[in-house]
Amino acid sequence: MFKVLENEVLAPGLHRLVVEAPRVAAARRPGQFVIVRSAPGEERIPLTIGDADGASGTLTLFVQAIGAGTRKIVAVPPGGFLRDVAGPLGQPTHIENWGRVACIGGGVGTAVLYPLAKALAEAGNQVTTVIGGRSAEFILLEKELAAFSAEVRVTTEDGSRGRRGFVTLELEDLLRNPARRPRSVFAIGPVPMMRAVAEQTRPHGVATIVSLNPIMIDGTGMCGGCRVVVGTEARFACVDGPEFDGHLVDFQGLADRLTMYHEHEAQCRLAHAGGGMP
Amino acid sequence: MINNLSAKERLSIAREKMPEQDAALRSRNFAEVNLGLSLEQAMREAQRCLLCKSRPCVAGCPVEVDIPEFVACLAQGDLAAAAHALMRDNALPAVCGRVCPQEVQCEAKCVRGVRGLPVAVGYLERFVADWAMANSADLPGPPATVPSGKQAAVVGCGPAGLTAAGELATRGHEVTIFEALHDTGGVLRYGIPEFRLPKGIIDQEVRRLIDVGVRIECNVIIGKTLTLGQLREQYDAVFIGNGAGLPVMLGIDGENLKGVYSANEYLTRVNLMGAGQVFDSATPILRGRHVAVIGGGNTAMDCVRTARRLGAERAMIVYRRGESEMPARVEEVHHAKQEGVEFVMLTAPLAVLGDEAGWARALRCQKMALGEPDASGRRRPVSVAGSEFDLPAEVVINALGTRANPLLTATEPALKLNKWGNIETDERGATSLPGIFAGGDIVRGGATVILAMGDGKRAAAAMDAYLRSA
Ligand SMILES: Cc1cc2nc3c(=O)[nH]c(=O)nc-3n(C[C@H](O)[C@H](O)[C@H](O)COP(=O)(O)OP(=O)(O)OC[C@H]3O[C@@H](n4cnc5c(N)ncnc54)[C@H](O)[C@@H]3O)c2cc1C
Ligand SMILES: Cc1cc2nc3c(=O)[nH]c(=O)nc-3n(C[C@H](O)[C@H](O)[C@H](O)COP(=O)(O)OP(=O)(O)OC[C@H]3O[C@@H](n4cnc5c(N)ncnc54)[C@H](O)[C@@H]3O)c2cc1C
Ligand code: SF4
Ligand code: SF4
Ligand code: FES
Repeated sequence: MFKVLENEVLAPGLHRLVVEAPRVAAARRPGQFVIVRSAPGEERIPLTIGDADGASGTLTLFVQAIGAGTRKIVAVPPGGFLRDVAGPLGQPTHIENWGRVACIGGGVGTAVLYPLAKALAEAGNQVTTVIGGRSAEFILLEKELAAFSAEVRVTTEDGSRGRRGFVTLELEDLLRNPARRPRSVFAIGPVPMMRAVAEQTRPHGVATIVSLNPIMIDGTGMCGGCRVVVGTEARFACVDGPEFDGHLVDFQGLADRLTMYHEHEAQCRLAHAGGGMP
Repeated sequence: MINNLSAKERLSIAREKMPEQDAALRSRNFAEVNLGLSLEQAMREAQRCLLCKSRPCVAGCPVEVDIPEFVACLAQGDLAAAAHALMRDNALPAVCGRVCPQEVQCEAKCVRGVRGLPVAVGYLERFVADWAMANSADLPGPPATVPSGKQAAVVGCGPAGLTAAGELATRGHEVTIFEALHDTGGVLRYGIPEFRLPKGIIDQEVRRLIDVGVRIECNVIIGKTLTLGQLREQYDAVFIGNGAGLPVMLGIDGENLKGVYSANEYLTRVNLMGAGQVFDSATPILRGRHVAVIGGGNTAMDCVRTARRLGAERAMIVYRRGESEMPARVEEVHHAKQEGVEFVMLTAPLAVLGDEAGWARALRCQKMALGEPDASGRRRPVSVAGSEFDLPAEVVINALGTRANPLLTATEPALKLNKWGNIETDERGATSLPGIFAGGDIVRGGATVILAMGDGKRAAAAMDAYLRSA
């Protein structure tokens, strides 16, 4: 059992949870994730460790409630418990001083991007951050990111904050400006966003790291369910990733496999909303 | 006195048949297939045993269960004595009685098998173990132990780890098991289905361990949450029984289509997470009208029979050799056939074909013929030119086998491995690092429950000696 110490709503459906998990907190490095099960019988849900404090033995998780599993996690109040928290899993982010980097976050991906961007800044990089969301209320951590970024640029689909459009608009400006062009790009967000970023940087030859979110079960390389084709090889995102070279990822295959259980998920949402069984 | 029966009288008794759930019924539910012998049946079967002085059956059992002794007690109806004799050598008899490949182990060596059918050692073992579980309150508890003051860590809660933990605890050591998943049992829970091994049995065995003082900590992944190095610092000795949990991929086109599973994923979803088994399970599974399972071992049988239970109209085993070459337990093959599973033999998969939306729709296959024997002594399958054909299948399950998972071993380079990534040990289970022992599938590659248990037991004895000398 893992105690939830804080549960704060950052944006509609988006929660910041602080969870007591001393062993995981002590071992964790940026880029790694945990697998969480809210209660017996529930699904195993992979979540990036947003931040960890070895001294207090706590993890910060940013959870977007999109389906039955994540909704049950965010429903646990402070003082309540999560049945299982296992990790830290996956490979830590490779951090080095590239000089100039761009960090691109979309939706809940921004929260996951935060510790990575911070680590990059601490390693001496000049960090330009671009964050996007549907509308102003979905723009996360702008102030926090500004604290160490050379610049934070914001885009919203409805134009309610920052520039109207997608993060790729801002990235295009950076890539075209020799004085701003990043040596390396880190993109975390929905699959279509990461794919668009990778396609955009490819002709410029700018290294692009993406953090993949395939469906997972064990997170230890046992089931093979999280396989994603990278280059010519199927890799297990839970042990080899979740970060990969965006120019080599088969995004079509990833997007496809993410729809494997859409029917089941729709039924769960119905049951959840209506209280009745499908 | 029943044990005074003459050999002739014993020989005249026919082998008992295991009562089982009706095939049509059970191919739609997850309840156990074998119902267990009645007391009368068990005693009659026990009376078939000739109580051989040379004890060939015992030599056929990897942990040398004292078969004539426990069977003789059972033949007389002294179940407590039978249980005592059985559990001296086997910590998980209710499991082994159900899943051991008896036909190549104890029963293979039984003299009654020379002319006729061997004594049904597995059925009897199950009977006595189930009785012992139901009557544990009346049986003497574990002997009081003298605390040794030493602490041991066990990595993995499968049969190897469970056995090692139990043995170490009864020798007075303080034992903690670290398990990566959220529940106990290893393959016994996430691999072998309920209809062959009810989970309640694992729960009981685990409770017994907790009663003798073993601590079990789930959600701890050694190599990630804690390193082997940390365990070595914090404990006086370590046993590694982390299994062989890494799926071997097919390496054919279409492997990443939706509907293609590894056996590990398919079985874990159903057995560990309750997908499709529990009404309203949170974890989903694709059911499929046509399901093709590639492989011929126990894992393949478990997958294909699970697919039937999840509603497949056609559940098929696709295997590149012939039926007699299949490594699965004979009983599983027999049960699968009764349940309407189709056996597509001498057939190798070439590719999974998909539709435009990325779903599997068929398995492209090729016919094989048996050629010369290979290293394993089995005749090598060779492809027949021009014999390609397509089997319709929306779900394709790869049950080719598993290998050593490098998650733990990769974090301790000093630990000596063989070329397949399995941990090297001596015959006592000692690894290249002092105080670190290992056993089960991580040492042997995919093997059996009883071999894993035997390893756990031998290693625990060696660890006990190590701990006492240290
Ligand atoms: C390494 C990794 C890190 C992640 N980090 C975060 C994070 O920090 N914050 C966050 O909010 N989300 C994160 N996710 C995504 C999160 O795991 C999924 O949103 C969640 O599993 C959806 O489950 P659900 O039951 O709520 O929704 P469902 O209704 O089941 O599914 C909604 C969507 O999520 C996908 N999904 C379903 N089950 C899983 C699963 N077991 N694993 C992955 N995807 C699944 C489905 O394809 C579907 O598109 C991460 C995923 C991975 C693989
Ligand atoms: C589907 C299937 C059917 C089978 N049927 C039979 C049968 O009928 N008869 C038979 O005799 N054998 C059968 N086998 C084989 C048998 O189950 C195995 O040989 C046996 O379980 C091996 O035991 P083990 O303790 O070595 O490993 P496992 O049972 O694999 O247990 C290892 C445990 O360690 C955990 N673990 C792994 N890595 C770590 C880590 N880094 N840190 C912490 N914990 C970790 C795993 O989660 C697991 O719980 C079958 C196998 C499968 C897959
Ligand atoms: S443990 Fe297995 S091999 Fe040994 S006697 Fe029992 S059933 Fe036979
Ligand atoms: S070999 Fe067969 S008949 Fe002889 S003791 Fe063993 S089980 Fe009994
Ligand atoms: S989640 Fe099972 S192998 Fe990655």
